[in-house]
This record gives sequence, C-alpha cells and structure tokens, in this order.
Amino acid sequence: MATLSKDFRELRLDHVQRDFGNFNALKGITLNIARGEFVALLGPSGCGKSTALNCIAGLLPLTGGTISLDDTRIDTLSPEQRGFGMVFQNYALFPHMTVAKNVGFGLAMRGEPKAKIAAKVAEALRLVRLDGQAEKLPGQLSGGQQQRVAIARAITIEPPLVMMDEPLSNLDAKLRLEMRAEIRRIHSLLGSATIYVTHDQDEALSLADRIVVMRLGEVRQVGTPEELYARPQTPDVAEFMGYRNMLPGRLAAPAAGGRVAAEVGGASCAGTPVGALVPGAVTLAIRPDDLSPRDDGPFAAKVEQVEYRGRAFFGIATTEGGAELHFRSADRVTPGTALRLGADPDRVLIYGGAS
Amino acid sequence: MTDAALPRPAVVSLRQRLARRGIDATTLLVLPAVLTILALFVYPFIEGLVLSFLPRKGGTWANYAKFFSDPFLWQTIPTTLAISVPATFANILLSIPVALRVRKMRRQRFLTTILVIPITLGTVLVAEGLLNYLGPQGWLNRMLLGIGLVDHPVRLVHNYWGVFWSLVIAGFPFTFLLTLSYVSGIDPNLEKAAATLGAGPRARFRTILLPLMASGLTITFCLSFVQAFAVFPSAVLVGAPAGSTRVISIAAFQAAYETYDDSMASAIAMIMAAIQLAIVVLVLMGRGFLYRGPAAGGKG
Repeated sequence: MATLSKDFRELRLDHVQRDFGNFNALKGITLNIARGEFVALLGPSGCGKSTALNCIAGLLPLTGGTISLDDTRIDTLSPEQRGFGMVFQNYALFPHMTVAKNVGFGLAMRGEPKAKIAAKVAEALRLVRLDGQAEKLPGQLSGGQQQRVAIARAITIEPPLVMMDEPLSNLDAKLRLEMRAEIRRIHSLLGSATIYVTHDQDEALSLADRIVVMRLGEVRQVGTPEELYARPQTPDVAEFMGYRNMLPGRLAAPAAGGRVAAEVGGASCAGTPVGALVPGAVTLAIRPDDLSPRDDGPFAAKVEQVEYRGRAFFGIATTEGGAELHFRSADRVTPGTALRLGADPDRVLIYGGAS
Repeated sequence: MTDAALPRPAVVSLRQRLARRGIDATTLLVLPAVLTILALFVYPFIEGLVLSFLPRKGGTWANYAKFFSDPFLWQTIPTTLAISVPATFANILLSIPVALRVRKMRRQRFLTTILVIPITLGTVLVAEGLLNYLGPQGWLNRMLLGIGLVDHPVRLVHNYWGVFWSLVIAGFPFTFLLTLSYVSGIDPNLEKAAATLGAGPRARFRTILLPLMASGLTITFCLSFVQAFAVFPSAVLVGAPAGSTRVISIAAFQAAYETYDDSMASAIAMIMAAIQLAIVVLVLMGRGFLYRGPAAGGKG
C-alpha cells in the first residue's frame, strides 16, 4: 500500500484552497517542504493551520490547487494511499487495542508478517521509551504515555512525512516541555520530514527548522525561528510573535533601514523600520521583555499592575494618552508609581500604516 | 488516625446515620417510580407466576406439561423465533450502514424525526398500511396486474413475509436510533487515524468501527429481539395466524380469551418470558468477550 517513498526531495503545496460553503478556510497556500525538514505551522485558532494539515493528510479534499511529492501529484490520493503518519490532538488511539496492536496497526494493514511487526513495534516502543507497556490498553496509560504511543504508531510505518496536530496541547506544562524535547530527539533520530501544527510560539520556536505563520487562511510569513522572532514582516505577525505593545505613531520623513525616530503621543521614540516607510501613520512594536524603566525613556507612564515572575517583574503601565504598556523590570516597582519606559532602538520595530 | 484520637459525638441521630448512607428526604422522590413498578410490573408478574401453577385440572406443573406435550402449542416457540430472530438481524444489518451514513449528515434531526414516526404509529397501523399497499387489492398488485406482469395477485401478506416486513418497518427506527447513538459515540478521529495508517474503508469498518460498536449492538439486539418476540397484532393482521405465523402470543391470547383458561395463559406468558430471558442472558454472556470500554481514544 505504501506507494510513496521516504526518500522524496520535496513536498509541494501549490495554491492549496479549501472552502467550507462560503467560508475560505485556506486561501491558496503555497509552500515547499524539503526532506527531513521540521516545519511548524503557527497561528491563532481558526487560521486554517489544522485545515492545511488535514488537506495534506488527505482527510479533507481540496477545493483548489495541488499537492505533489516530487513529480507525483498526491492530492487525489486517499489518506490510506498517501501513508503519511499523523499524530492527533486527542491522540486518537484505538481504545480496544493494546499498545502493541495500536503501534503495529499500520504495519498490519500493509500485510507485514507477524514477526516483523513484533520487532518493529518493540523498536518503536523503545524509541519512545515505553518498553514494558506493550500489553496495556490506552485507557490504562497517562496522557504523556498515550502521546508517546500516538507518536510511535505514526512512525512505525516509516512515513515520508509525519504530521502532528497540536500534539502537546492536552498535556500539563511540565510534561509539555519533556515531550517537546522528546519530539525533537525522535525527529533527529528518524529524520522524516515533520509538519507540526501549533498555536504556541514557544513550541514553534524551539522545535522547528522553519516556521510558517498563518492567519485567516493565508501564509503571512515563512522563516527560521530567529528571523520570525527578531524581524516579523507585518504588525499582525509581530503581535502573534509576542510583541504585545503595538503603539500608533507618526513618521515625519521617509525611511528605509537604519534608525528613525517616530512621534508617539508627544514623545519621540527611536526604532528600526521594517521595509520602506513613507511619512504618515506608523505602528511601533515592542516586546514586554524589551521595554523597561529607564530615565531617558520616551514614555511617561503610571504603573497599574505588577506581577512577579521569578527572575523579573512584569507590569502594565498607562500613559497619559491612555495607552497600555507591558514592560519588564529587574527591580520591584509598586502600582501607582510614575516612571519612564524605554527600549533599545534595535528592539523597536516600526511598520508602515496604522495597526 | 485512630478512632480514639477523634472526639466522638455522644449521639448520632438517625437522620445523620441515614445521611451517611446517602439517604435523605430527596430519596423519597423515588417512591412514585417504585410504586408504579410494583403495581404495574412486579405484582402482575407474581400473580401470573402463581396463577400458572394453579391449573384448572391436574397438578402444579400440568399447564407446563400440557404446553410442551402439545405440538400445536410448543411449536409456537420455533415459529416465533423463526420470525423474530431474522427480523432482528435484518433490522441491525440495515441499521449499521444507514447509521454510518447518517452520522455524517448535517440535517440529522430532520431525518431522525422521519424515521421515528413508524414507532409512534404502532404495529397495527403499519399492518394496515401493508395490507393497503401489498394486499391482493393493494396498489402494488393492481399495478403489476395493470402492466400485465402477473395474471393474478402476488401473495405478499397473510404469510411469513407479511409479518417479517411489518416487524422490520416497525422495529427499524428503534434499532436505528440505538445504533446511531453507538456509532455517534465513536470518535471520528479514530477512523481518520486508521486511514492515515493505511486502512481502507473495509478495513476501518472491520478493525475499528465494528469492534467498538459490537457491545452496543448486542444490547440493541436484546431490546429489538424482545420487541419482535412479543409480536402479536401484525402476526394476526398481516400474517397467517393459524399457520406459519402462529406465534406464542397468539397461543397465550387464545388461552386467555377464547378458552378463558387464565391459568394456561399465565403459564404461556411465563414460558415466553423465560425464553426471552434465556436468549438475552446468552447474548449478554457473549458480550463479556467483547470490548466494552469508551469509544474514544485518549483525552477528548
């Protein structure tokens, strides 16, 4: 049954569309994924990332565009013909089968001999560190263990592509960090191309070779984690990547590269323009991490709330104009205090247009 | 922690002791239900059981001896089984594919409503309908005669098949609704997971859907079978009540209202109950071998 080779060069999505009635869940996604690459589809819920994954897996037919693996068009194949491994958000383990039967299911469907299945299952269970649990039913395992079974089940068929749909969202914070490392380890051992869907930017940043940020059914930016973290191309990507302070400002002169000063609420704030800017309305994006109390800071504000988070204090302050600023402070600040906030101009991104 | 370490209250009131066992004033709300069951089910059942051992003539077991020695009487058992068991299987086999399809439909409620209507009609109206449509003067036969396909009316009712179809029509919605609820309880992601692992539609049905439905289907079988086994109106109206569809309830009816032998009628009713119980117990024992856990994988 497995007709698709693990040794492909490239999976290509070409203007992939998916409509549900009048609603365009995917508005023409174009994306190439190389062999062995770990790609994260990142976006808020409803952005179409899970729809994209289901389309690649063959669980949802396309309403436009094509998907091909090297020179073979695959969007017309059924999911069982594609043979991509998939890890579901709720794991979707077969509740009536033992762990071994679950993991060996794909091989059994391919008609492999029993001895070979047993050997492969044992190997996969060792890989996800579940040896000794083979004869249990999924219901007898903890959430993290079920997650490992789901991963083992998806990789025993040695698929050309492994897909994971928010696989860690049902786990608690500690387990999530552990499984994140585990997924990274398994990926580096197997080397199969992986598409990982998540709405958690930390997960995407730490796991992926390349991140695809999606919003409203469109790809907004594709880049390495470093690129996305430091240089989001648009204000909405910036906002999603953790730039919580999005301030409206004005620019007096055109700018491209270098450093410019924009006027924000009467103060002048230096920043780095993203792309070419024309005079007029601009949007300044600053991470809470980069905005901190300093005497020469451009923003005069009054502290409203402070939260202690271990290494530092994080607070919300309001400017005279009523704008809320999220900032970080190494020292304790008390609500009600008036202070000045500022950021390193390298860490202030200025986008053209109002946000 | 030992008892001695705890300060013991001097007096534990009756109310507190009952509350500890989960009994309080709210518990009284079960009384109407208990009384209804006692009055409408337990009392008549015991009355019938006692009555069946008080025959008009002969010893305690005379009614039962008579039933099992008279072929005219005991043959109603195989006759009833020959109708009710295939009709139940037919209903279940028909329900599974329909339920699998309906599960994926968006206008489920509308379709379900249409399918439920036969339940509310009852077997008598269904039998009437069958007579009107399929009887010797029904539209089907008239049409066949009209286009010259047959010379004389085809016998579609007043035989085994008349009763069989009426049981399928009246029983299907019930079987279907039960099956639909079991099928809907299966996490659709399981099938998707099986598909990505290389299982085609047949394999998915065999390895995922059927095992997860099996336990529910046995319950469906029991409930549908009990209904079909007690078939009476259609056996009389669209069957051959003196011949191939002389079911056990007809024998009970004749004993009660034609020979006015209450005792014999009670004995037949008890035999009927025993057979139903035996089959239900057998099926449920078989259910012990099936998977009975949740039909969803992992956390929801």
